[in-house]
Amino acid sequence: MSLLHLAIVLPFLAAVFIPFLFKGLRTIHTGWFVLLVPLALFIYFIQYLPLTGGGQTVTKTFQWIPSLGIDFTAHVDGLGLLFALLITGIGTLVVLYSIYYLAKEKEALHNFYVYLLMFMGAMLGVVLSDNLIVLYMFWEFTSISSFLLIGYWYDRERSRYGAQKSMLITVFGGLSMLGGIVLLYLMGGTFSIQELAGMSGTLITDPLFVPALLLILLGAFTKSAQFPFHIWLPDAMEAPTPVSAYLHSATMVKAGIYLVARMSPVFAESGLWLWLVAGFGIFTLFWGSFNAVKKTDLKAILAFSTISQLGLIMSLLGVGAAALHYDYLDENIYMIATIAAVFHLINHATFKGALFMMVGIVDHETGTRDIRKLGGLVTLMPITFTIAIIGSFSMAGIPPFNGFLSKEMFLAAMISIIEVDVFNLNTWGYLFPVLAWVGSVFTFVYSIMLVYKTFLGKAQFEKLPKKPHEAPIGMLISPLILIALVIVFGFFPNLLSNSMIKPAVEAILPALGDAGQEVYVNIYFWHGFTPELFMTLGVVLIGIVLYSTLPKWQGIYNRIPERLTLNGFYDKGLAGSETGGYRLTNGVMSGFMRTYLVYIFSFFVAILLATLFIRGAFLFDTADLAQIEPYEVVLAIVLAASAITILFAKTRLMSFISLGAVGYSIALFFVFFGAPDLALTQLVIETVSVALFLLCFYHLPEISRKEERMGFRFGNALLAVLVGLTVTLLAFSSFSYRSFESISQYHIENVYDLAAGGNMVNVILVDFRGFDTLFEIAVLGVAALGIYAMIRFRAVRSENE
Amino acid sequence: MEFLMSIIVGILFTCAVYLILSKSLIRIIIGTVLLGHGSHLLLLTMSGLKSGSAPVLMDNISEYADPLPQALVLTAIVISFGVTAFFLVLAYRAYQELGTDNMEQMRGTESHD
Repeated sequence: MSLLHLAIVLPFLAAVFIPFLFKGLRTIHTGWFVLLVPLALFIYFIQYLPLTGGGQTVTKTFQWIPSLGIDFTAHVDGLGLLFALLITGIGTLVVLYSIYYLAKEKEALHNFYVYLLMFMGAMLGVVLSDNLIVLYMFWEFTSISSFLLIGYWYDRERSRYGAQKSMLITVFGGLSMLGGIVLLYLMGGTFSIQELAGMSGTLITDPLFVPALLLILLGAFTKSAQFPFHIWLPDAMEAPTPVSAYLHSATMVKAGIYLVARMSPVFAESGLWLWLVAGFGIFTLFWGSFNAVKKTDLKAILAFSTISQLGLIMSLLGVGAAALHYDYLDENIYMIATIAAVFHLINHATFKGALFMMVGIVDHETGTRDIRKLGGLVTLMPITFTIAIIGSFSMAGIPPFNGFLSKEMFLAAMISIIEVDVFNLNTWGYLFPVLAWVGSVFTFVYSIMLVYKTFLGKAQFEKLPKKPHEAPIGMLISPLILIALVIVFGFFPNLLSNSMIKPAVEAILPALGDAGQEVYVNIYFWHGFTPELFMTLGVVLIGIVLYSTLPKWQGIYNRIPERLTLNGFYDKGLAGSETGGYRLTNGVMSGFMRTYLVYIFSFFVAILLATLFIRGAFLFDTADLAQIEPYEVVLAIVLAASAITILFAKTRLMSFISLGAVGYSIALFFVFFGAPDLALTQLVIETVSVALFLLCFYHLPEISRKEERMGFRFGNALLAVLVGLTVTLLAFSSFSYRSFESISQYHIENVYDLAAGGNMVNVILVDFRGFDTLFEIAVLGVAALGIYAMIRFRAVRSENE
Repeated sequence: MEFLMSIIVGILFTCAVYLILSKSLIRIIIGTVLLGHGSHLLLLTMSGLKSGSAPVLMDNISEYADPLPQALVLTAIVISFGVTAFFLVLAYRAYQELGTDNMEQMRGTESHD
């Protein structure tokens, strides 16, 4: 176990001590101790920057289950390190923020920080694991810890609903992903992503390639809230705001992005991958931004904004895959898409984290997040307002902030996809820039809405539950650091380009490096009068027009009835599966013995008859038959007649007597077939049985003495005849198929020499196969005890009555 | 002979299943007894019914009936007797306690539904 492994599991180890620190040191906020963990990890991971910047990677293996090919292999490359720095860096800021956000007197802090540390460790494990099974393990850890964090205030009904919803959706995706991982293992024979990436050329011809691709993408799309799985994210906003900022904007929702980026070397050669990732991403971008405008809760707006921005990054990763199809180009225009994806990933983490913290401050200081009650806070909360306006402008893509740069690159990438002719979808390709542009317009509208409705406009403090004032400085530190980064990355984007973006892009598109293409990252503000610049101008102009006429067209959102929304489908589906399951069980389990017997006999008949005839197993061979004697025919007729008499008997007495007749006929058959012991036993036992039946008959209570003939039911009769027929046919064919001689010759030859007996049946019973007899005696003994107990012990019931 | 016995076994099974599907508990027990009879005959039939002497060692006889299925059937008879006896007393007690032998009325109480 190396230091790198220790770094990954450090949050788990630290989590063990949190409850003790919380209980033991009540005077100090537990968050201060927690703060050390992500800070130390952040500093530790910074050390790897020069290494990955130089194109090197670090791989450390810790054996876990070597016999199954499952080892905890930590692999640090540009992509993994970028995520690790995001996780630990924003983790540090979120912990700092939460110290001021959550009161140590009122909240169950030990739970909160244990869940948060567990999440942090899980997330580090996801991004630094090379082994897919280990990655899956950490992946599910993030689902579980997210579930616990969303349900942190578990006494609220909405929290439990949101936690359950996110759990169901992300675990559904996680399990699909596990299916994809298993398929990949079947194809490649390894769980290592690096080794699988090396085989991508052969994997693509495998018939399992497309199912594996779809299953892995399902996992990524559910985790990263892509359409139509985005519905869990807005409900996850019931979590405390630091959790929303950390999990549901900067880290966990990017696990799906990470997975798509990480698996790109394996799958991206396929055109299907390109169109699925880009298509779902661009539609999610449009759908998320379109829906964000109608929300009135600040966190809900940010949730839909996150969905939309994740769609943006996803579509860029999809378009970036086109670079592999055109790797002969001198200046590969598709490479810019991947660069933009990585750049926007960083940018989104900075401004979205800051915006969530800003909303948390507003909520904390005013008591509400509803934009219909807020307004005019600018004079009271100037610092928060600054954070909000920079974050929002960056999100809207307005210069000079970093969002502008990545949005320009995004639009450029979307225009370039028109020229892609994989699958010959050229005409559909035009949808990409159009949707991207429309999505950007709505992004602009809700970003402006976020700032104006909260801080500007009419002040209506009388509606607020609290008297608003500026937040304490401790709460402002984290968002201010993030906002500072927004500005720094905006003005000096090339700070990142060689240290972080280039190694990450090389990790996503290793095939380009092999093809001799240099990843050249140079982000600049002024790139001439290009189409994307005019698109941005259009976004701003149309966005302002749309925002100022918002009340006039907002009515279109109410056109869609609630039950036709995706949430409506989800709720209905969940309720439907419950009632459906209940109805099915109720319908099948009637409570009547007869129903179950009908099932059993029907399946018996159906399966056996079907097997007999489908497999052609029915055989009718008369070669080995014994002679039929006339007296045997007479006896057979007597037996059959008495059996049938039972069915038509008018009185019970008659049926008992017929049953006795059946038994005695069988005893006679035993005599004919050379079985004296059987005949003896059968005679005695039949006599005792009939006596028992008569005893029962005699003691019947008055009510049941109504003697009546059995009513005829056609269904029962048909089923009974079919069972009889099946047994007969089976008997015919199994007799005709006798393939080898009986072992009885051994018993016949050795009965006297080995066992000193002449009666072979008795010798078999007590000597050759004596164990059967022992337990048969046990059965009789148990039956006798049971009968005694049933008759004797009835005290409990009479006491209760 | 074996085919004739197979048909007899089929008839026994038909009667048994028809009785088991009925409402009356006592008829169900009769059905299980018939089912037992059918299985015992089937066991014996399947080992072949070629005439031979009873499986008791005697001089000057080389052809015996197969002793192994006889031993199996003997065990089965005793076990099915034990189960039938238990079942009958159970039915008898059920009559005493519930006052009915109609299976459709024995569906547990409301609280156990």
